[in-house]
Amino acid sequence: MSRYFIDRTSKYIVFICAFASIVILGAIAVFIFKEGLPAFQQVGIIDSLFGTEWRPGQDQYGILPMVVGSIAVTAGAMLLSIPLGVGCAILLAEVAPFKVRQFLRPAVELLVGIPSVVYGLVGMLLVVPLIRQIGGTGFSIAAASIVLTAMVLPTVISISEDSIRAVPRGYKEGSLAMGATQWQTIWHVLLPGARSGIVAAVILGMGRAIGETMAMIMVIGNSVMIPNSPLDSARTLTGNIAVEINYATGVHEDALFATGVVLFFLIIILNSIALLVLKRGGRAHATG
Amino acid sequence: MLNKLRTRRFRVPFVSLVGLVLLASVVVLAGCNGGGGTITEAGSTTVQPVAEKLASAFMADNPEVNIIIQGGGSSTGVKSCNDGTVDIGAASRELKSTEPNLVKHTLARDGIAIAVHKDVPVSDLTMEQVRDIFSGVITNWNEVGGDDIAIIVVAREEGSGTRAAFEEMVMDEELITDTAILQPSNGAVKTTVANTPNSIGFLSFGYLDGSVKALAVDGVAGSVENAKAGTYPIVRPLYFLTKEQPTGIVKEFIDFCLGAEGQSIVEDEGYLSVQ
Repeated sequence: MSRYFIDRTSKYIVFICAFASIVILGAIAVFIFKEGLPAFQQVGIIDSLFGTEWRPGQDQYGILPMVVGSIAVTAGAMLLSIPLGVGCAILLAEVAPFKVRQFLRPAVELLVGIPSVVYGLVGMLLVVPLIRQIGGTGFSIAAASIVLTAMVLPTVISISEDSIRAVPRGYKEGSLAMGATQWQTIWHVLLPGARSGIVAAVILGMGRAIGETMAMIMVIGNSVMIPNSPLDSARTLTGNIAVEINYATGVHEDALFATGVVLFFLIIILNSIALLVLKRGGRAHATG
Repeated sequence: MLNKLRTRRFRVPFVSLVGLVLLASVVVLAGCNGGGGTITEAGSTTVQPVAEKLASAFMADNPEVNIIIQGGGSSTGVKSCNDGTVDIGAASRELKSTEPNLVKHTLARDGIAIAVHKDVPVSDLTMEQVRDIFSGVITNWNEVGGDDIAIIVVAREEGSGTRAAFEEMVMDEELITDTAILQPSNGAVKTTVANTPNSIGFLSFGYLDGSVKALAVDGVAGSVENAKAGTYPIVRPLYFLTKEQPTGIVKEFIDFCLGAEGQSIVEDEGYLSVQ
């Protein structure tokens, strides 16, 4: 009797667990939209989405500079973290001897546990002065991208490594047996085989990058302008909300929620791309 | 009612239930007794921390009074005081001519320092030079007697009370340049200026320490003494606002804040006392 009882109730319990996360997601979406829509109505969708001036004191609420800032920082971080991350994953999966791997892998995983404010602090006192040597104030997209790279690397590395390891052993053995060198095998057999997993790693890293707030505020300078070069200061969507929410009232507050709506859509677009790529990658794997 | 149901389910003896109800009513009645009550305050976030300290000190002496302190910004303080939502409004700037005429009680004053990186050779600017630097008209230190190198402007974010007061007293309708590095707190402005060569920023006197250099403005050194003497030009008042002349416990609380004990708390928080 009790065996069946546990069986039946456990089904409901896991159902409730799953349902809770859906409810939370729904509640967040409803709340952000409810709070953000008045701003779109008042400022106008075109003016808020494509306006380049954000001056709450003058009732100007253009979100475009922040969209550009977020995308620029994320793109910069991806440009750096893809070669670094995939390179490191190849080393961990194929090249490194067991002892090196045993040390390197926990070290990489430790990076995940460092709070983002610590990344920000290190960035502010180390990366920003370095960038200043090249030019500008140092508080820049370049500095933000470098800090972000350190933060997304663990994600990119561990998922890429897993997907390289998941390539069937026969492929690698076949390639080596036909006389290919180790590098030829990695480049022509393992990486193409792991392609969909690596893409997924990159997109997950991108999701983390676009949502990062605290570290970004500390190193990017938060100027509201469309940047002309990587050495320019900028502001991200998340930073816009975090920097101004303390004092915002009325339309200003609504406009910050509208920033959240834009961020919400940006993340949905990214995740949809991720799902699409994964699905297509999976099919290619099955037929190949 | 709800309490009764809930306790009964847990089978708490009926006697203790009656006792609880009696106790609760005694507490409630005592709370309503003369001298007690609730004071609400809302407004400037610059005033908020010192108001919280003052409130808890006052409540320690007068346990029958409950004081609720909220933020919201100076404009919210003026608005909610005028429409009677709160007993006391707080503002960290002068009232605008468009705002209602409220009774102002000067709680404290706060100087805003113009701070530069320690290695900047300039040590004195005129008010006009400060304005031109922050509006982006002057972009090189050599225009104000420094080295031939670009000025890095650090400011607060839109909506900050310190920024509003700075704009009102210094900027004279000019806008702060778009290229300014914006930091979300006085502390962050200080850290940024301290670590960025050739930078300039503004921050509350309460945050000044040896890590940045406070400039003289119009020949008057940025010090607490000069601000107190009234010679330093960038000093803003911190106000408690009431709709009418205060009475009862509101008057008692404001008198406490403006009195010796309240003003020593004000000074502990890094502001200028008005005594």
